[in-house]
Amino acid sequence: MSIFEYNGSAVVAMVGKNCFAIASDRRLGVNLQTIATDFQRIFKIHDKLYIGLSGLATDVQTLYQRLIFRHKLYQLREERDMKPQTFASLVSALLYEKRFGPYFCMPVIAGLGDDDAPFICTMDCIGAKELAKDFVVSGTASESLYGACESMYKPNMEPEELFETISQALLSSVDRDCLSGWGGHVLLVTPTEVQERTLKGRMD
Amino acid sequence: MKLDLSGLQSFTSIPGGAVDGLGEDIFAAPSFQLPACSDFDGFQKDAIQMVKPAKGTTTLAFIFKEGVIVAADSRASMGGYISSQSVKKIIEINPYMLGTMAGGAADCQFWHRNLGIKCRLHELANKRRISVTGASKLLANILYSYRGMGLSVGTMIAGWDEKGPGLYYVDSEGGRLKGTRFSVGSGSPYAYGVLDSGYRFDMPVEEAAELARRAIYHATFRDGASGGVASVYHVGPDGWKKLSGDDVGELHYKYYPVAPTPVEQEMTDAPAA
Repeated sequence: MSIFEYNGSAVVAMVGKNCFAIASDRRLGVNLQTIATDFQRIFKIHDKLYIGLSGLATDVQTLYQRLIFRHKLYQLREERDMKPQTFASLVSALLYEKRFGPYFCMPVIAGLGDDDAPFICTMDCIGAKELAKDFVVSGTASESLYGACESMYKPNMEPEELFETISQALLSSVDRDCLSGWGGHVLLVTPTEVQERTLKGRMD
Repeated sequence: MKLDLSGLQSFTSIPGGAVDGLGEDIFAAPSFQLPACSDFDGFQKDAIQMVKPAKGTTTLAFIFKEGVIVAADSRASMGGYISSQSVKKIIEINPYMLGTMAGGAADCQFWHRNLGIKCRLHELANKRRISVTGASKLLANILYSYRGMGLSVGTMIAGWDEKGPGLYYVDSEGGRLKGTRFSVGSGSPYAYGVLDSGYRFDMPVEEAAELARRAIYHATFRDGASGGVASVYHVGPDGWKKLSGDDVGELHYKYYPVAPTPVEQEMTDAPAA
């Protein structure tokens, strides 16, 4: 079994009308054994920028700490928050630094940029950026997530509908994956507010 | 190469004799053509890898005062992918005997059906039902004759015969164990934990069924390859009866209700950068 599948994960981000949503599962496992069902994979960089990290849990936490560190240095020097595009380049650079001994994580970045334009992107474990206009997925349930998002996504959704769509896509995808699920975690970000919700899911 | 299974034919003396050319074929264990290749072991190894990771499972069975309880989950997985959430892992061999399924789905299904045929023929020939001991031995002998050829079967044969409740564990490595408490499959360590701590011989049927259900539920919670529906059967002097089939997704929130969140969390100001 691949090291990317050691802990199991599912991360997804979707774009709506002047808003975005990012969601993940809550399982931390060791292969097939479920260790915890309150694991965090989505992290806040600043009010309008979030990163979801799928893959090996230890690298998820290490990478998150390094990203926070670099973002704080940026804030001190520039006296402003990073733009999502800039942050994506930072993540990419940090990942490529370890080209021959990578972090076993695949990031999903979602944020609101200048004039609140939503931005989402994903990367492989060595920093190859992939930008998308609709949705991005990552983790052991990525195949089923692609299927669910492909059929459920509509462009220009309002925040409430976006929340429903991303939640249903996540829950139905992880129900076809042994290694992810055990509840969900959704963040809905609009220019004026952030809503954080925990989803009840099948606990098997 | 054809396997010589003549030693396994134990019912050659049925009334009338098996001379019609039909009898012998029925009583012989089915034989299969072997692949004609130079590297049989290598071929076999690759073939096993294609068939073996059929599914993760949790099954359990135990004997108590009022008979036998048999329970199982219902998930079939291929690697990390869940291919079905509604598999019947408890096989009804006859009205007095149940078999459980762990390992290769096809192997278990085929050989349990085969066992069902043999049990029925025994019944017709001897005018009495086969004992659980006999039936499990029939299966164990067949599986032993295919040992090392890649069959993947982990099963429990549970039933009620003239001597009362019976329970045997049989696997494709040739093992056959008599016992009062078994659990088989990838979720079995978790199920054993619940089963062993809650088991008493003189339980009423309801308590025994609840114990089995809880054991399956806890296994599905911890084991990624188990899940779906927890079905529970009881075998008593009058044969088996399905007691329940509960969706584990609902069972979790029955065992551990979630308190509704009092107020939605309010947004706080971000610390000044």
